[in-house]
Amino acid sequence: MSAPSSARAAHGANEPKIALRGLRKRFAGQVVLDGLDLEIGSGESVVVIGCSGVGKSVMLKCLLGLLHPDAGSVTIDGEELAGNRAAREAAMRRIGMLFQNSALFDSLPVWENVAFGLIQAQGMARREARDIAIETLAQVGLAEDSADLYPAALSGGMRKRVGLARAIATRPEIIFFDEPTTGLDPIMADVINDLIVACTRELGATTLTITHDMTSARKIADRIAMIHDGTIIWQGPAGEIDESGNAHVEQFINGRADGPIRLAVAADGRA
Amino acid sequence: MRRRREECVKSNPLQAIGHGVLALFGAIGRLALFAFEATSHCVRPPLYPRLLLRQMVEIGFYSLPVVGLTGLFAGMVLALQSYTGFSRFSAESTIPTVVVLSITRELGPVLAGLMVAGRVGAAMAAEIGTMRVTEQIDALTTLSTNPHKYLIVPRLLGGFLMLPFLVLVADIIGVLGGYLVSVYKLGFNADTYITNTFEYLETMDVVSGLVKAAVFGYLIALMGCYHGFHSKGGAQGVGKATTNAVVTGAILVLIFNYIITEAFFAQ
Ligand SMILES: Nc1ncnc2c1ncn2[C@@H]1O[C@H](COP(=O)(O)OP(=O)(O)OP(=O)(O)O)[C@@H](O)[C@H]1O
Ligand SMILES: [Mg+2]
Repeated sequence: MSAPSSARAAHGANEPKIALRGLRKRFAGQVVLDGLDLEIGSGESVVVIGCSGVGKSVMLKCLLGLLHPDAGSVTIDGEELAGNRAAREAAMRRIGMLFQNSALFDSLPVWENVAFGLIQAQGMARREARDIAIETLAQVGLAEDSADLYPAALSGGMRKRVGLARAIATRPEIIFFDEPTTGLDPIMADVINDLIVACTRELGATTLTITHDMTSARKIADRIAMIHDGTIIWQGPAGEIDESGNAHVEQFINGRADGPIRLAVAADGRA
Repeated sequence: MRRRREECVKSNPLQAIGHGVLALFGAIGRLALFAFEATSHCVRPPLYPRLLLRQMVEIGFYSLPVVGLTGLFAGMVLALQSYTGFSRFSAESTIPTVVVLSITRELGPVLAGLMVAGRVGAAMAAEIGTMRVTEQIDALTTLSTNPHKYLIVPRLLGGFLMLPFLVLVADIIGVLGGYLVSVYKLGFNADTYITNTFEYLETMDVVSGLVKAAVFGYLIALMGCYHGFHSKGGAQGVGKATTNAVVTGAILVLIFNYIITEAFFAQ
């Protein structure tokens, strides 16, 4: 954990940890991201909210280099990642990612999924990695006896938690969570929220979380940003979300069907 | 955009041919890049011995029954057919040579290659394709593991190393099949049959078959991995990738069989 602080010292203190600038991405004529800008400070927990299908996961994949943005820049610690393979691979070692649908390796048992980054990327011995994996599984509320199961034998919520354990097992300094509490019961969701808070407060990690769950957003966010029509239409401290003065945000957090956001559903309810 | 292209294609058949040709060259280029990238990772550390071993067992050991049976019946039918033909010229004594040369040079490698293309190529495409559409390959990248090294290299090496072994087994069982039919059904003398089998057999006959096998193994694995790696669109996409892997794998086996035969024996 000493590398990040020296890297941080190398450039200005108010340089954002992660910066997305003018990000554009379209699929076959459909514009998904249209000049999106977002900055995340070091040790900050940012939550991105937005309607389903608005491009939140696409933004995260562009950030990780899993999708190539059509235009725009992605920097971590001031270093440009878009189109720079070596920098991206180096950055990846400091990043943990929870995928929306968990994306567990179904040929490996649960513990090896969690220990994957430790064994493959850090070259840790399997026995030692297994101990850490079981410890991390306990943090997400999974008992040791689930460690030897295969992902196919898990429930959706358990899979999500294994994915979460895999994302944090290497103690990365940057963690991305794509809908960490979707599909969990309210109690487990709260445990996960606490865990994410602990990751930022105790490990000093910088986190970016995507969620629809406003309870979760309020709990874990330092700052909330809302995506709509391919850009961030509002962002501000988590405490100010109720006085945002933005009609889109108000409609979203109150969950109303009428408002400026129009969903493409049949108006007479016949769907 | 697509609609406009379709209209153009309707109004101008030349354009349709042009699109087809461009698409073909595009596909060949992508495949060549993929093959180059994957192969170059075969010689750069880190390698994953554990995964290579698993693929070798998967390809080499579990294909033994299929390849063995194929070889057995190929050798048997070869003896039977040659006998019905050659007995018309009283040339029965050449049957052991015909059997062993056909098996080691052609039938062993080609039949084993086709069977493995069906069994192993399909499995690779389905497994890697499923990993692609469920984002497991993306997850590998985020865990600082190069998917080429982790998924493709063990399969390419496994195919390259294990097919010669399978073909050697098929050769032996195929010759045995010819022997069984000739001795127990056609009334050949067992000792003479064995002597005749080895009399005209040259090292080159067996070696050329094993070289073919190594190339086929590499190509089959390459097709399985390539189509799986580039599959998209859920279960249907994986199904399509699997079909493509088997078809292209089998066709490449036949094409390269001709090319290698020409290289070895054309003089
Ligand atoms: N690989 C792809 N090919 C084509 N279109 C895509 C692809 N990935 C995403 N899209 C499109 O991009 C849009 C945004 O998708 P994305 O997954 O980012 O939504 P999201 O904001 O994460 O929604 P949700 O909250 O439901 O997860 C969608 O309209 C989707 O159809
Ligand atoms: Mg999403």
